[in-house]
Amino acid sequence: MSELQAERSRDPLSVPGIEAKSRRLRYLDVLIAIAAFGVLAALPFLFASKALLDFVIRCSAFGLFATSLNLLVGYTGMISFGHGMFFGLGAYGFGLIMQRTGVPIPVAFVCTLMITAVVSAAIGAICVRLKEIYFAFVTLAFQMLIHSMILSWTSLTGGDQGLRGGIQRPVFLGIDLSNHMHLYITSCALLLIGLLLMRQIAQSPFGYTLRMIRDNASRASFIGIDVWRAKLTIFVLAALFASTGGIVMSLFVSGAYPEFAYWTISGEGIFINMLGGVSTFLGPMVGTVLLLILNDTVTRLTEYYGIVLGIVILFFAIGLRKGLLDFAVEWYEQRGDGVKERT
Amino acid sequence: MDLDALTGCLASSACLVTQTTSGFIIGMLLFLVAVGLTLIFGVLKVVNFSHGAFYMFGAYFAMTAYQVTGSFALAMLVGAAGTGFLGLVFERVFMSRVYGRDVLMQLLVCYAFVLIFDDVVRLIWGPEFKSMGMPTAFQVPPLFVAGGVVPPYYLLLIGVALAVAAILGVGLARTKIGKVIRAAAYNPSMVSALGINTGLIYGGVFALGGMLAGLAGALAAPVRSLTPGMGFSVLIESFIVTVIGGMGSILGALIGALLIGLIRSFGSLGFPLFTDGLMYLFMVIVLVARPTGLFGKEVA
Repeated sequence: MSELQAERSRDPLSVPGIEAKSRRLRYLDVLIAIAAFGVLAALPFLFASKALLDFVIRCSAFGLFATSLNLLVGYTGMISFGHGMFFGLGAYGFGLIMQRTGVPIPVAFVCTLMITAVVSAAIGAICVRLKEIYFAFVTLAFQMLIHSMILSWTSLTGGDQGLRGGIQRPVFLGIDLSNHMHLYITSCALLLIGLLLMRQIAQSPFGYTLRMIRDNASRASFIGIDVWRAKLTIFVLAALFASTGGIVMSLFVSGAYPEFAYWTISGEGIFINMLGGVSTFLGPMVGTVLLLILNDTVTRLTEYYGIVLGIVILFFAIGLRKGLLDFAVEWYEQRGDGVKERT
Repeated sequence: MDLDALTGCLASSACLVTQTTSGFIIGMLLFLVAVGLTLIFGVLKVVNFSHGAFYMFGAYFAMTAYQVTGSFALAMLVGAAGTGFLGLVFERVFMSRVYGRDVLMQLLVCYAFVLIFDDVVRLIWGPEFKSMGMPTAFQVPPLFVAGGVVPPYYLLLIGVALAVAAILGVGLARTKIGKVIRAAAYNPSMVSALGINTGLIYGGVFALGGMLAGLAGALAAPVRSLTPGMGFSVLIESFIVTVIGGMGSILGALIGALLIGLIRSFGSLGFPLFTDGLMYLFMVIVLVARPTGLFGKEVA
């Protein structure tokens, strides 16, 4: 009888030790984030270069955007070609709220995210029913629809000139975002908090549901998962992080331009993901840094930027066949196996 | 928004004829690009993102050939044949390496070539706007139909596009080669087991698609300005056409192209700033109502 009770008391689905292990990993993630923040915060004291800080701020904006796209592309298998619309929406929403109302920055931040949530839920509800290439097309169509709305609604958005006249940045709790140093620290913090949150989503049971949908959507639906709902949830969540990236960008350039909502931003996001790798969480981050370095150096060296970038892409697509971080991780693991076999 | 202009135009026969013709021109050029896109997708299952570059090359090839030889017919021939050859090389050397792999990888290879081709054109022909000029044979007074203006060159353009549509439709449905191509689209491994070289079919279909895009570019060269990157807006529009018509359907490409052409020409009257937006809106509506497009087959 005691045996039976012991058997029953244990949750039949629980795997011994997995709870503790995942908690340990979560603490590790937080520790890594704090350490990374420390390093980033120390950078300006080590190198007195404004260009470097600018580079990190741009990395934060695009890193948030690209990593959130990876939640869709890499984790759920939804190839969105219109993710950039939320980047643009964040930049325009935040810029407009700040220009028109002059509320404190955190209020504008939250309002922008709320607008993004509503818009992305409406668009997502239509898009996520479609599969694969059709999903890519319909997201692209929505992206271009928003882009043409920005261009044609001149009285609100300034049309093809973009939002000009700068964005007011009232001081909030001693944080003055018109100070370059404060802006730098804030965007680093936003990046790391965003990455940490996305990491939690990716490692949560919900994150594993997404992977299951990616691998076999019909099986997931057989065991009772509402695939449509899960896809819509991650679509909205990813849109929120992309929007945050857009907000950082609009703070950085002190405005918003129609290019932020153009499809090339989405294309660049996909490209960043492929460059860095989609099967590792930090792949898109590596891709962002790579692409921005590539952008900066190649445009300085030659006006035929397209040829150089094209050849680099071909090297990754046909030569390496995967992103850099994926490649490195696989190489390391294979090497590890080799060592084990020898000993 | 200028709804008065739109209703005013719809009421006058002259404006109606002019706008419909210009809509047909846009539509026919789009059809030639989109039908290649749809063929390549139908047979190779690849979305050729670099298709706009072939359109661009067609236009530049035709312009150079026209400047050198002075013959319009030869310019068209060079534009089509040159891009067809380019398509064959591109498919055999690069695209054939990424078949059956991730869709993303295929898109990426195409994206790389969009960048490279644009810069190659800039390198050879220069970054500035070019124009080929209307060939002398067509520098004749326009026809007037019910008060509307119809340049004779437009009639040639429409005739060529319709001829291409007819030849493709009959060729695929009736001839032996057409049957082999359809079989290869349906089951390539079975076709190759029967001793047919599928690589050749793939290369041929890609070359044909590239050739049609090149022909469209060559035909557009006298009426549009040439610039590196000119393929891009055409690419996006022909994407919309194929998606609306249904990927893989030739009839769908024709109907979709005409619809988009008419939306553009009449939309530019009623909604001058939102013409592009109208197209995307239409695409969204079609995709939501019928995800596989108007004439696409249901995906199993």
